Amino acid sequence: MGEIAVLIGVFAVTFAIGILLILRIPPRLHTPLMSMTNAVSGVTVVGAWLLLAAGGLGGLWLALAMVAVVMGAFNLVGGFAITGRMLRFFKKKESPHG
Amino acid sequence: MADRWQMLFDAAILAIILIGIWRFRDPRAASSGNLLVGAALFCALGIVVFRSPAQTLWIAGGALAVGSLGGLSIARRVNMTQIPATIGFQNGAGGLASCLVSFVELSRGSALSGIGEVAGVFALLVGAVTFSGSMVASGKLAGLVRQAPLAIRGHRGVLAAGLAIALALGFGLVAASGSARVALATGTLLASLLCGILFSIRVGGADMPVLISLLNAWSGLSAGFCGVVMQSQVLTACGATVAASGLILTHAMCRAMNRSLAAVLLGGAYAPPAGLGETPTPQPQGAGRQPRDGEGAAACDPLVRAAELIHAATRVIFVPGYGMALAHAQRSTVQLANRIRQMGKDVKFAVHPLAGRMPGHMHVLLAEAEIDPDMLFDLDEVNCEFAAADLAVVVGACDVVNPAASSVPGTPISGMPILEAQEAKGVLVCNLDDRPGYSGVNNPLYTNAKTVLLLGDAAATLARLIERVQ
Repeated sequence: MGEIAVLIGVFAVTFAIGILLILRIPPRLHTPLMSMTNAVSGVTVVGAWLLLAAGGLGGLWLALAMVAVVMGAFNLVGGFAITGRMLRFFKKKESPHG
Repeated sequence: MADRWQMLFDAAILAIILIGIWRFRDPRAASSGNLLVGAALFCALGIVVFRSPAQTLWIAGGALAVGSLGGLSIARRVNMTQIPATIGFQNGAGGLASCLVSFVELSRGSALSGIGEVAGVFALLVGAVTFSGSMVASGKLAGLVRQAPLAIRGHRGVLAAGLAIALALGFGLVAASGSARVALATGTLLASLLCGILFSIRVGGADMPVLISLLNAWSGLSAGFCGVVMQSQVLTACGATVAASGLILTHAMCRAMNRSLAAVLLGGAYAPPAGLGETPTPQPQGAGRQPRDGEGAAACDPLVRAAELIHAATRVIFVPGYGMALAHAQRSTVQLANRIRQMGKDVKFAVHPLAGRMPGHMHVLLAEAEIDPDMLFDLDEVNCEFAAADLAVVVGACDVVNPAASSVPGTPISGMPILEAQEAKGVLVCNLDDRPGYSGVNNPLYTNAKTVLLLGDAAATLARLIERVQ
């Protein structure tokens, strides 16, 4: 029970900090921001991995957990890659001007 | 002992992620922010991989490699117009992962505590809605599904009933035991998937930025619940951050439209009678198309008039819209702007928050076309400057420059802040046709005496115009 209370606290505090930080990000970076946070939500791959690592899964459950790892990794890796590509445009256009 | 180290490690990861997000304040620093957050998450994943028993490495490692390679190959291939569809798709993948993790945990009856089970039900429900909703949204954005909003009879009622059933089955699951759990979890999953589809088909076109932002928030929420189920602080914290970000972007998009979230999602304002795009509008189509603005004057060719307007102007403001991206005209637009700037004129770009298919999309599209960022201005910064401008150049935008938004009450766009292109001394419109935009509201700007319409494919029109201006 104590563990769960800590987790709920962690959720509440990071949510509040997240709101404060993200309010200050200029609209022109909203697409890269969303793309990056989208990648962050792929961190659920950690949950899927923990499920597999705990062992004792068989048949359909094992297959579903593996699909979860594939999907999470797809989200995580693809998300960061695409954000990186997008931000390169922002970087490139700034440099010749400075 | 180990617990304390884990907690410190988690706190460090979280701090790095927040610092990374903070770096998104500045376009030049954002790239390093992305790297920081990415590195932190790969460390978090790395420590979990490192601590897991050897036999899982093969199975889970294989799955991880497959997913990563798939993600990379898609990320490398897409262009910036396809970004919203791609992000929608990735978002759906994340939602599915959270949903499956909780499905497995719930249905096999692991020893979860009471609150853990409730969190599991929410992760399952929200994850499934995120998945099916994102797939529909992504399909719409990629042009695979009909983009117009689709409402079935009693849409809201059916959606509410679907959610109630999903919740009821979910809470039944918490109380149940044994094999009933699998059936109840499957029922919850199916009802939630259906809700996601119902939810997304109701939204379309210019409302997509709201939908995409909200789905982003939900994928974070489901990851956060998933973190409670798996007792992972990093997962919970990351989920909370994403949820916060998605909610703020959703709010920003709703504010840009001056509509409430409920009106956008449940279609309050879009009762579709008066003149949707397809209905024949009593306009001089066909024959009357181009010469309409030339009436009697020698300069009948709108292209000639357009070039004259550009030559005579000293202050020019461009208004790009999503139509520009559809016509692949970003580069020609930026080229024309640079050309005009070389002529010693003042050139600005006015970017409406809704000019695109996700928040900030227009900035990315123009960045890809290598625009000088000093030319870009947001709605609040630039709107007061139209009155002093000699020329407004509208490329592929309609609703965001429709003066009817402020002058005609009761339309879907009434009250939406617009870019006041009609205040400029001259207006040049490079759109495909003079039909109303997504909202279906006729645009009086097109029939204004000071407007020159250059109808047709924007990329071709602009190429001809650039030749003429040289």
